[in-house]
Amino acid sequence: MLNILWPIFVVLSIFFAVISGNVENLNRAISTSTEGAVSLTLTLIGTTCLWSGIMEIASNTKIVDYLAGVLKKIIKYLFPNINKNENAQKKIIMNVIANILGLGNAATPLGLQAMEELQKDNIEKDKLSNNMMMLIVLNTASLQIIPTTVIAIRTSLNSENPTKIIFPIWLSTICAAIVGIIITKLLIKADNN
Amino acid sequence: MPIIIFIIIIFGIKENKNVFDLFIKGAKKGLEITVKIFPTLIGLFFAIGLLNNSGIIEYITKIVEPILEFIKFPKEIFPLALLRPISGSASLAVATEIIKNNGVDSMVGLIASVIMGATETTLYTIAVYTSSVRIKKTRNILIASLAADVTGIMMSIIFCKILFAM
Repeated sequence: MLNILWPIFVVLSIFFAVISGNVENLNRAISTSTEGAVSLTLTLIGTTCLWSGIMEIASNTKIVDYLAGVLKKIIKYLFPNINKNENAQKKIIMNVIANILGLGNAATPLGLQAMEELQKDNIEKDKLSNNMMMLIVLNTASLQIIPTTVIAIRTSLNSENPTKIIFPIWLSTICAAIVGIIITKLLIKADNN
Repeated sequence: MPIIIFIIIIFGIKENKNVFDLFIKGAKKGLEITVKIFPTLIGLFFAIGLLNNSGIIEYITKIVEPILEFIKFPKEIFPLALLRPISGSASLAVATEIIKNNGVDSMVGLIASVIMGATETTLYTIAVYTSSVRIKKTRNILIASLAADVTGIMMSIIFCKILFAM
């Protein structure tokens, strides 16, 4: 994606700046732009390491089992007939848990393994199955308990209350996930008729 | 937050886990992730810096401003809403700029923060998940995911305005 976007951004900006006589601003931008990346990375390093550490503890305890117990019922509703393929069910649950705990790097491999399991049950191999659609929608919703990256950015910019945004993030995420799930269910229904 | 950390560590102690070793292992992973995305961030801050200073964003925002005003959409957020589903690191760069320029505890700063937390990089996720099993027919999954994104962005704005009314 960025192989397309990045050159467009750069070329378009330079082109536009030259036409509108804004080149001086661009010169300044080029020399200061890397500062932003450096300071963002410096802030992210601390928080990311801290929370990855905490979540590593969580993923090695029974917390995972408790979450799996709660999730099983929801998973059954979202993925009908998933009982037949126990491996797929397990991978999906682990994928959702990794998302919830904010372990993005663990979530993606688990999600892809779940896709492979689901592909085994898929009748038309070049087309997404119902369960695959649901898995993708769940992964495009940001189901995270602690939005660590945002908190890190807010902390670095000296917010009075960096964690103030957690509650509205939960509310917005839940709304988005519900809309995604409902539309996916509707799309599946429309296809069956 | 402290309560979540407390619960997790109590669980670890109760199950006789080497809590500190686990912590170090996880923290190391965190360090690897951050180092890995650094080159991407440099590239994107460069591109976003150019976009911001070329005047092109103001130009595009001006064109769509009447629509944004009509649906009461904060115009400062518009570039973030456009980029969020496309690229995670690009939207991270844009969000950081928006939050910095408008003030971290301003309404716009809060909304940008909530959007970053409440939405995902939809297009990237769909691409990775479908290509991993070599699937081409994606059955309108894009519609469902983008609808979720739009809902997430709209709800972020609405909840911020309700909860942080100044």
